[in-house]
Amino acid sequence: MERRSTREALKDALPELAGLDEGVVVIDADVASSTYTKTFAEEFPDRYYSVGIAEQNMVEVASGMALAGMKPYAVAFSSFLAGRAYDQIRCCVAMPDLNVKLIATHAGITVGEDGGTHQMLEDLALMRALPNMTVMVPADYWSARDLIVSSFKYDKPLYIRLGRMDVPIFYSPKEEFKPGGGKIVREGRDVTVIACGIMLFEALKAAEILARQGIEAEVIDCYSVKPLPEDLIQSSVRRTGCCVVAEEHNQVGGLYGAVAESLGINYPVPLRFVAIRDRFGESGAPAELQEYYSLTHREIVGAVAQVWATRRR
Amino acid sequence: MEREQQLKLRRIALDIRKDVLRMISMADSGHLGSAFSCVDILVYLYFYLMNINPDEPGWRERDRFVLSKGQACPSLYAVLARRGYFERQELWNYRRLGSLLQGHPAYMTALGIDAPSGSLGMGIGISCGMALALRKTSPQSRIYCLVGDGELQEGSCWEALMTASHWKLDNLYVIVDRNGLQMEGRTEEIKALEPLIEKFQAFGFFCSETCGHDYPSIDRAFAEASDSRGMPKAIIARTKWGRGVTLAERGDIPVKASLTRNDVTLLLDELNKESVSLDGEERS
Repeated sequence: MERRSTREALKDALPELAGLDEGVVVIDADVASSTYTKTFAEEFPDRYYSVGIAEQNMVEVASGMALAGMKPYAVAFSSFLAGRAYDQIRCCVAMPDLNVKLIATHAGITVGEDGGTHQMLEDLALMRALPNMTVMVPADYWSARDLIVSSFKYDKPLYIRLGRMDVPIFYSPKEEFKPGGGKIVREGRDVTVIACGIMLFEALKAAEILARQGIEAEVIDCYSVKPLPEDLIQSSVRRTGCCVVAEEHNQVGGLYGAVAESLGINYPVPLRFVAIRDRFGESGAPAELQEYYSLTHREIVGAVAQVWATRRR
Repeated sequence: MEREQQLKLRRIALDIRKDVLRMISMADSGHLGSAFSCVDILVYLYFYLMNINPDEPGWRERDRFVLSKGQACPSLYAVLARRGYFERQELWNYRRLGSLLQGHPAYMTALGIDAPSGSLGMGIGISCGMALALRKTSPQSRIYCLVGDGELQEGSCWEALMTASHWKLDNLYVIVDRNGLQMEGRTEEIKALEPLIEKFQAFGFFCSETCGHDYPSIDRAFAEASDSRGMPKAIIARTKWGRGVTLAERGDIPVKASLTRNDVTLLLDELNKESVSLDGEERS
């Protein structure tokens, strides 16, 4: 299976966007080579701005551009975009509800060797807590590309989380993605497994193993963390009676938090998570870190066994 | 600047100060000293310099104003109301639940508020984004950003100054309300800003200095600045915290004022006396 990282979608999506909408400009904070905004910069030099190593300034500049009628895409590493520039995102983008797109790359532990400071595990919690903000975590190249390209139609603050590591290409180029959407990528009657980002592939692997044991898992690609596809999730869980959430994020406040909040009110069922257990990351090879931090299909199989045993009937 | 024009602006500024005093006393909170120190600059911008049209607040080719020191918003609100952006009546709802006039400005083009502010240190950066965008889409527009001096202790200001000079944003005017005070005391004691002009110059700005309460002097500083080409401009406006009312100028009113009834009476008396003396000047 062909593999590409979700960040690579920026290479093709941003120039495509520029062709679709004249207002589109790209702002970068000295990571153009790593985020592939370089391609855009070369094709559209007069619509590309580097603010240097200054993420706070990047978000302020994006805000000012949006106030002046442009459609800025601010691209940086997730640690420094969601983390360092949080107050700017809050006051200059989310509060005034501006058309600023924040694209955060290098999220999660699979950043690898750069270590804990660069492995953003709290961004979904930070971004999800902001009113007016929409939060997306595509799993593969095509879903990332479609979300970025179609985002120009969406006139609101948007945070898209991308990864550094190559992952399988799962979707076809024709597939469409939108805020509030989710996709059932495997049907099953026994347990609902909700995942986003790299954990979608672990969930699918887990589902195959579970199938051999006679448990049919329904796997949902929940790429829209906010707004959450609540109806989709609820209708699945009403059939299966139990749920596992898997994400490459701290257990606090991410996709698991969002699903727990929703099901807690709408349809409580036995629920488990596979996520980072309230720790920071550290250096290592991505695959090694996934094992070390228990973010593999094995943990999903284990979590399913636990919820399935006590499922709501 | 002609004497008649000066008297006109002084008259407006006096009325603005009265409005601001009433707003802050009705809201029972608000930053009076910080608001008063920049009234004359705001009046100069909105009633003399800026190319704006209150009947069409979203007009693309207009000049923009960014109030980075958001706590001074009662002065901005009073100026906007008097300039015709909205009913003066709305001023008395400042800081109240349901009011359009938040304790720190929310972005609302319809009211003439070009940018959000409140969290300090972000206005120059926002202005850089506007300046970059407008340079393409409305080259004659200028962006005026008013910052507090204490606010310059926020590092993001200096990131933005670097951005401004790097991109040679000569449509950008940063005006520093140099009143020397911040929440807990004097800027130079808390974290010194001087030599401020040299800092701005070192960051690639054309820099001019003025008394922030004297219209001819303000006008000269802006004229000098606009003559400079290819670089962003900074105008250091030496101002007095609480300018216009002795009680505040002396520092007898807390930075974030909750005014007693007696304070309000004293302050209003002083502003009214100033009105009478201005009447005299106008007649002579």
